[in-house]
Amino acid sequence: MSLLEVADLKKSFTAPDGIRRTIIDIPHFAVEARQQVALKGESGSGKTTFLNLLAGILRPDAGRIRLAGSDVASLSESARDRLRATTVGYIFQTFNLLQGHTCLENVLLGMAFGPGEDRARAVALLERVGLRDHLAHRPRQLSTGQQQRVAVARALANRPRLVLADEPTGNLDHASAREALRLIRETCRENDAALLLVSHDRDVLGEFEDVREFAGLNRAVNDRP
Amino acid sequence: MILARLVLKSLRQHLLSTAVTAGATALATGLLLAVWMVRDQAQAAFTGMTGGVDAVLGARGSKLQLVLNSLFHVDTSPGNLKWEDYEEIARHPAVALALPVAVGDNYRGFRIVGTLPEKLAELEWTSGQRLTVRPPGRMFEPTLREAVVGSFAAAKLGLKRGDVFQPYHGLNYTPQSYQHEEEYVVVGILAPSNTPADRVIWIPLAGLQKMGGHDPAAADEISAVLLKFKADNPLTARQLDSLYNKQGNRLTFAWPIAQVVAQLFDRLAWLDRVLALVAYLVVAIAAGSILASIYNSMNERRREIAILRALGARRRTVFGAVVLESAAIAGIGAMIGFAVYAAVFGIAGSILRAQTGVVLDPLAWHPVLVLAPLGIVALGALAGVVPAWKAYRTDVADNLTPHS
Repeated sequence: MSLLEVADLKKSFTAPDGIRRTIIDIPHFAVEARQQVALKGESGSGKTTFLNLLAGILRPDAGRIRLAGSDVASLSESARDRLRATTVGYIFQTFNLLQGHTCLENVLLGMAFGPGEDRARAVALLERVGLRDHLAHRPRQLSTGQQQRVAVARALANRPRLVLADEPTGNLDHASAREALRLIRETCRENDAALLLVSHDRDVLGEFEDVREFAGLNRAVNDRP
Repeated sequence: MILARLVLKSLRQHLLSTAVTAGATALATGLLLAVWMVRDQAQAAFTGMTGGVDAVLGARGSKLQLVLNSLFHVDTSPGNLKWEDYEEIARHPAVALALPVAVGDNYRGFRIVGTLPEKLAELEWTSGQRLTVRPPGRMFEPTLREAVVGSFAAAKLGLKRGDVFQPYHGLNYTPQSYQHEEEYVVVGILAPSNTPADRVIWIPLAGLQKMGGHDPAAADEISAVLLKFKADNPLTARQLDSLYNKQGNRLTFAWPIAQVVAQLFDRLAWLDRVLALVAYLVVAIAAGSILASIYNSMNERRREIAILRALGARRRTVFGAVVLESAAIAGIGAMIGFAVYAAVFGIAGSILRAQTGVVLDPLAWHPVLVLAPLGIVALGALAGVVPAWKAYRTDVADNLTPHS
């Protein structure tokens, strides 16, 4: 059985003009355990919505999302929170670090709502991403690349089965982007986590063996006027 | 643990609003405690400070005025009574002690009270405790121009044994007041009793009666008689009450003291209600300021809340964090409120002591010292419910990306 399996997934929103539009219409999508998949798609094609559906942040209108044996779509909100806290790691384009918290505290937050805080693991993760000497630094005291590395460490803090990365290199320069991507892929492998990375950057996508066209998966993209 | 850390971080991140709202809460707590404690203790002190005196006999007039003037040394005397009246009541078989007092002079604002030293020494102001003169001082002689000064008055006037002073005429002092020619020597300072006696200068009864400038026709009159009965005998007191207050029309018999003093608080009930209302209003404003400050910060916190939710925090976790933060601000304010309470109580207590000699104890136990801070913390938590509801309803997906 696949780690992640999506079937007949649909999600629509009401646009500002009052018309309800279907954003996601994916008949089938699957990711195997420890697999690393890149999703290629243009901005505004619904990739982030798709990731939010997979993470249980959004609830689909129809369809099935089976993640690590649980049907995400049918779970209560509280159960989806729990699943996200224990099974999913999320890396955002804008990092989404809590500015009032130190690097270490940010990583601890990544495990606080799931398996519980494990300071030794948090320190080890920050050491792994090269921030051993920045445990007590606050995000604004770090470079953009360093902030992304904290975000990587946080995403892996809860020992996730699946890491979702939404344009994780979008805010980085070329060199930093390559370094961040290498780090994300390596650490996911080391932690036995599958990786689903969304990007429209050709260089990033070129690093992946398994690149899927989001437009090919999502029928809603092709149906748009 | 995680909730506590989130709350601490948020308090630190919003330090200014935390400080302002905690300050408002501290003010509210301090005022509430002070109003409550000063009122409670003052009432207990005034109504309970009757030890040694069961009743007061004085000229016809207000019982409250009579008690305030003769026992607490405030207010004016309702008039004089004749020496024969004193002798008559002193001879009554039920009376254990009759202490005549005469007022009419002061020394720089502190009342001079004329009395009989041997009777004064007999009076137990509190159970088992009599007024004592600090060694090596002694009680004044009834026939000499000598004075014993209450501890508070001595400290304020800077009087010590051997000092000489000239009384001023009248109960109130102004620089234009007439100063008597008679000179009195301080022969002793009273040990502190925390009673109105501490702010009085005691001299011989005859000395005050015959002070130069006083009406010679009133030389054998006194202001009041403080009475102690041989046993707690309400029947005798009732008989005297009937004799003086109902059958007679020349004198006033103030009994029981506590009931008479309670009239003062009945008259001041409106002030008590106004002060309590102000304190409650300040509490409400403090709770409102907590609500407003957290509620207004919710817009900037929406992204933070969305991030926490994306990391797996449940709605009830963020709701609880906001309520806890609100309660924590109220708790910090309540703790600082004890300092405000100490300051307000100290000022009110020193004014009351200077005016009446009644000493209040800010450390005296009262359930309100625990219940008021707990109530304020609960109110703070309640004030947090509205912004917490906003946090609860935060849309995660919408707020994960920064809004410019």
